[in-house]
Amino acid sequence: MITNTLTIDGKTVPFHEGDTIMDAATRAGVYIPHLCHNPEFTPHGSCKLCTVKVNGRNCSACTFPAAAGQQVLNDTKELNEARRTITQMLFVEGNHFCPSCEKSGNCQLQAVGYFVNMLDNHFPHFFPHRDIDASHPDILLDRDRCIFCELCVRASRDVDGKNVFAISGRGINSRLVINSPSGTLKDTRMEATDKAAHVCPVGAIIIKRRGFEVPIGERIYDHHQISEVSLLNEMKIAGGEHG
Amino acid sequence: MPLTDAERKIVLDIVRRHGTKPTQLIQILRNVQDELRCVPDDAMDVIATALSVPRTQVQGVTEFYSFLSTEAHGGYHILVSDSISDHLLGSRELMSYLCQQLRVKPGTTRADGQVSVDYTSCTGLCDQGPAGLVNGYALSQLDRSRIDQIVELVNQGVPLNQWPRDFFTVRDNIHKKGLLLDQPIAPGSALKCSISRGFDATFDEIEKSGLRGRGGAGFQTAWKWRFCLEASAGSASPGRSNDQTAPRYVVCNADEGEPGTFKDRVLLQSYAHQVVEGMTICAAIVGARQGFIYLRGEYLYLQPHLEAVLDERRRLGLLGDSVLDRPGFDFDIEIHLGAGAYICGEESALIESLEGKRGVPRNRPPYPVTYGYLGKPTVVNNVETFAAAAQIALKGGDWFAAHGTEKSKGSKVLSICGDCERPGIYEYVFGTTVGEILRDCGARDTLGVQVGGPSGTFIAEREFGRKLAFEDLATGGSFMIFDKSRDVLEITRNFTHFFAHESCGFCTPCRVGTSLLKNELDKICAGHGTAGDLVELTNLCTLIKSTSHCGLGQTAANPVLSTLERYPELYEARLKAISFEPGFDLDGELEISRQLTGRNDANAHLQQEEA
Repeated sequence: MITNTLTIDGKTVPFHEGDTIMDAATRAGVYIPHLCHNPEFTPHGSCKLCTVKVNGRNCSACTFPAAAGQQVLNDTKELNEARRTITQMLFVEGNHFCPSCEKSGNCQLQAVGYFVNMLDNHFPHFFPHRDIDASHPDILLDRDRCIFCELCVRASRDVDGKNVFAISGRGINSRLVINSPSGTLKDTRMEATDKAAHVCPVGAIIIKRRGFEVPIGERIYDHHQISEVSLLNEMKIAGGEHG
Repeated sequence: MPLTDAERKIVLDIVRRHGTKPTQLIQILRNVQDELRCVPDDAMDVIATALSVPRTQVQGVTEFYSFLSTEAHGGYHILVSDSISDHLLGSRELMSYLCQQLRVKPGTTRADGQVSVDYTSCTGLCDQGPAGLVNGYALSQLDRSRIDQIVELVNQGVPLNQWPRDFFTVRDNIHKKGLLLDQPIAPGSALKCSISRGFDATFDEIEKSGLRGRGGAGFQTAWKWRFCLEASAGSASPGRSNDQTAPRYVVCNADEGEPGTFKDRVLLQSYAHQVVEGMTICAAIVGARQGFIYLRGEYLYLQPHLEAVLDERRRLGLLGDSVLDRPGFDFDIEIHLGAGAYICGEESALIESLEGKRGVPRNRPPYPVTYGYLGKPTVVNNVETFAAAAQIALKGGDWFAAHGTEKSKGSKVLSICGDCERPGIYEYVFGTTVGEILRDCGARDTLGVQVGGPSGTFIAEREFGRKLAFEDLATGGSFMIFDKSRDVLEITRNFTHFFAHESCGFCTPCRVGTSLLKNELDKICAGHGTAGDLVELTNLCTLIKSTSHCGLGQTAANPVLSTLERYPELYEARLKAISFEPGFDLDGELEISRQLTGRNDANAHLQQEEA
């Protein structure tokens, strides 16, 4: 039941009890860029792409509770520039080589890059050394592309009930680790049908031998803005959950 | 290498000693580290199985906290404080001397496994540095002769308990006492006073006093306590307000990690009863039965002393079941040691750490007052806040509020260090000017003062009339003085390294931004900066400040912003005349090629053209 309203960029948006600003925005068809958020999972609030201004203060739309009368700014020059910078940060901290990445065209990081009009990496690259885990017969883990959204962590823990992934280390040395004595995927119970194998927004976790089933040029973001795709997928969930 | 049976037994005994509780994970890992010099892979499996937690939680925690390591430390693990206050006292030179004498490189373990050496963040002995830690225990007043002795002791394998005691002497150095320090309360006096007045009336006194949190953020203490008291029991009983049966917790934040701050160390050393009494009064008011002192790992040496104080209070009937014979007033306190993570000073990260997890700040709301330790309403206050609350409970809110300014009542205990004659502890009423403080501690030829530590503000000479107060210069207690011989950019560079090292890595702007900031400062200080870099620096700072997840990221750019604003000419003087300079040394990058080709002629070198 709709109980109240807030505004986003001047547009009146209704919200339900317990909604975050992201929930309300998505249901109303307002796209707020995001990478670590996926409405199927507990909000996380780490990528900070969904930073919006709520009554003058910056908040993460995916975790901040909606409240009556809030004035939310979303599509502003300042916020869009901040989102571009954050996207650039995500690119330079890892090793993202789109032309040789099999996720290219289906990658949300790349698509957000297009959306925020990111034309270069801007910052010096970190070129970190990160291990690839190709041990599993069906799943590849390429840590070079990990953006620490923890969607695989949440999916494996909350949906698959296997706790395969976690973040270890600290700061810029953070890394995705595997819950097995050898630290490799082959010694976990993970299967290609697990939720965790299909939630990675980038190309860090991919199913082997499927990379080029859809040719480059015919992939999702080759033809659609991430804003439309995201709303199309997530409006259903937002509506379904609360409707 | 697999664990031997004996090692496995050691690990399991430690787990058992801590009640096989996952919340004790950091305590367990600290002990394992002490016994085995590291947390071996196999020990992680043993611990994870025993505690029924995922192995990745054990690994994640081990690799998060600086004092835990997956690689073996030496039998003597020596850490030298890398705080700017220790730099001023010559810590960097001493470190190279130490390494030279021990024949070991920083960050490594000597081949014979006897000793390892590394840098660590501020150890809180800034008034008696250069300081360090050996196997976790604080070393004060290091100098060449002391280092010579340490090298001798290490090489001969003399056990720590046979080292000269004065190596470990930590002095209070209290130079000025005020409302909190002048008359420490007699154990039990504030509690008895609160009981006779009634705890509701005592809460009114706290409210009347205007006491604000002493950690730096300055939230009204009475509000925090009230929110906790009025919180419903979280998920356990939704919808019920003011449920007195729900567990509540009182936590003393003794994770004093802000470089240059050491006043909590002195409060815990010499005013521990007052601090614990403040916690006990808080517990009575909010209805908590369990308290924690989250003691930073660097203050390990204080643990036995604090345990003794807690024991004494149990004997005096001031802790435990039926405090002061009042049925139903049950409260006890457990000490929880940190393991080297500045971020755990942030209250929600501290709670995560108390729960045996990585110190990653939570999303707020909900705030700890409603959803804190194990999801229950929790008050987290600074050491000094509790010390003040005890005095207020004894002497009344009016007494306290009669001092200070309109928005900042009472007094503030400062930790003063750096370029002055008498570093140490000074207590001032709020409203005191920086100039007055500088005179008292014997500071001369002062260039500027870093008020509130790296996360605070660098103020210049023309601002010495500014006042100590939440509405002007807020500080958690750090007050670092720099004279005119010091290099502002080097100070700033040290702070950017600190934040990059301490960022937890949860959110993008702080994880990546603090490292970018560090690299930018390195580039400018190395003489490779250009005008473009200053613009870059400002933009980057603004982004990190405005989009980071918690206080660490939101303040990490302050050192750069506050010095750039006050000393643009010092930055400009370091820049090259060209409009763009690559972030690396062109000629330096060719070194490997020169070695491989055996060339060193003029054509094997490159120089950046100066336009």
